[in-house]
Amino acid sequence: MVNGRLRKTTDPRVRFWRNLKTALTYLVLIGLSCVFLIPFFWMLSTSLTEASKVIVRDREWIPHPFMWSNYYKALTVLPFQLFLKNTLIITICCIIGQTLSASLVAFGFSRMRFPGRNVLFIMVLSTMMLPVQVTQIPTFVIFTHLRWIDTLKPLIVPAFFGGGAFFIFLLRQFFMTIPSELEDAAKIDGCSSLGIYWNVALPLSKPALATVAIFSFMGHWNDFMGPLIYIQSMENKTLALGLNSFRSLHGTEYHLLMAASISVLLPVLIIFFCAQKYFVQGIVLSGIKG
Amino acid sequence: MGKNKLTKRQKVEAVQGFMFISPWMIGFIVFAAGPVIASLVLSFCKWDILTPVQFVGLKNYVKMTNDPLIKKSLTNTLYYASAAIPLGMVGALSTALLLNQKLKGMRLFRTLFYVPSVTAGVATLLLWMLIFNPELGLLNRALRHQIPFTHIPFIADPPKWLGDPHWAMPALIIMALWGVGGGMLIYLAGLQGIPEELYEASLLDGANARQKFWYVTIPLLSPTIFFNLIMSIIGSFQVFNAAFIMTGGGPMDATRFYVLYLFQNAFQYFRMGYASAMAWLLFIIILILTLIQFKIAPKWVHYQ
Repeated sequence: MVNGRLRKTTDPRVRFWRNLKTALTYLVLIGLSCVFLIPFFWMLSTSLTEASKVIVRDREWIPHPFMWSNYYKALTVLPFQLFLKNTLIITICCIIGQTLSASLVAFGFSRMRFPGRNVLFIMVLSTMMLPVQVTQIPTFVIFTHLRWIDTLKPLIVPAFFGGGAFFIFLLRQFFMTIPSELEDAAKIDGCSSLGIYWNVALPLSKPALATVAIFSFMGHWNDFMGPLIYIQSMENKTLALGLNSFRSLHGTEYHLLMAASISVLLPVLIIFFCAQKYFVQGIVLSGIKG
Repeated sequence: MGKNKLTKRQKVEAVQGFMFISPWMIGFIVFAAGPVIASLVLSFCKWDILTPVQFVGLKNYVKMTNDPLIKKSLTNTLYYASAAIPLGMVGALSTALLLNQKLKGMRLFRTLFYVPSVTAGVATLLLWMLIFNPELGLLNRALRHQIPFTHIPFIADPPKWLGDPHWAMPALIIMALWGVGGGMLIYLAGLQGIPEELYEASLLDGANARQKFWYVTIPLLSPTIFFNLIMSIIGSFQVFNAAFIMTGGGPMDATRFYVLYLFQNAFQYFRMGYASAMAWLLFIIILILTLIQFKIAPKWVHYQ
């Protein structure tokens, strides 16, 4: 209400400054977008360049002619459909596993009291502080004993056990900001802890959950090290491994690498664009007044 | 906690609390604890991956104190962290504030700003090497451009970037700023949690834009800022990929980061024990920095 009254002013001078501010904002937005997109443009232009013209001095930004066939070649030279299937299985499982288990664990750390909570939480964080380079070999040994090597399991199953410290910490920060009045009200209504988690904490943290889902999607869609270490046979390979074969097969075929990279990247951008409808302002506190 | 007995209700809550965090606890015990302990044990051993493990006591840790590259790589990492953390935090927050305005087409702009974070990978790092190329690179070609209406170039002799020991690190820091999209996204999510009523109330109290920023936005965003701060500390102390692919630690060790040197010890010189000892030293450093932040946090992080 208040907002509406303050905004709908007819004073031309106020309107002028407001329009100027909007115009300047757009200018900054467009300028920064261009700067941010330079590497992407270069990628796009490489992906449409003829193979023989990729590595030459002063290459043109806009290739001539557009080699759309690069895309056809890049996506047919290897069984990308198979890679896509594997990547989809891993990515979908991990998104579900990580959002679900990280939110459960984060709820425990933010809304429940139990002895040793703070020490355990520092332990959660400390799992990110030891460089992975020294735990890689012992982890590989564990998965060997489980007979999970060359299956998708090492890439999927851990996601269901806490979903990683990054997501636990992120969701904890968001759950901590939920007013205790809401929790108390739910308790009075006879809500169990699990009910509060499901009916109060999750709906109020949609932007954070969307962020977790986006990061999880991106992380597993692009994950290169995981599949590289645990997958050997062609039928279990993922898109990221497929992309890498353009580097190793016969030297780097930049035009094909970039064409395949762009094809792999587009779904991520589309999902990101769509996921933004969950970024709606002011949902946390607006439920309670006074 | 064991000093005073818990009431029945507290006991129920404690049991439920452990149930909530049990997925993490099981995962930690099954997948993480073993490798963590193994690396700790290895830090007191000599192991070249091929021959059997040999116990050497504190030798690896003593050797670290005499290794000039440890000091050099730690200094490099500190240099990188002290620039990349504040620049990244401010950069991510400003872009998030810019993109949090209610204007047409904002969804598109958010996506565009996020593109560099999605493209992050080996392909992009190779691309950056071309951009930083001293002679043909995009960046120096732009810097050598003539100022309009004169024949004087902006900068006649631009730095050699990755080829120059003084400029290699700034180059990597500039590049890191391209990845502010991740932090920006988290800030955006945090900004959604700030109720509009609070801004309206502050408007009625006659707050100007600066006051709104310092007295509404920053305090309510503090849990998110805290998260990004801790993550940047943990992340930038383990910076590795860029140097590994683009510089290999050079020129003249200028970009030999701690974790890069650790990796080289582990998988190039096959000194797995030494690498493990290095990992645990870094672990202690990051842990102390994190604990300090958690101690200071109650002074500026507001959860409700």
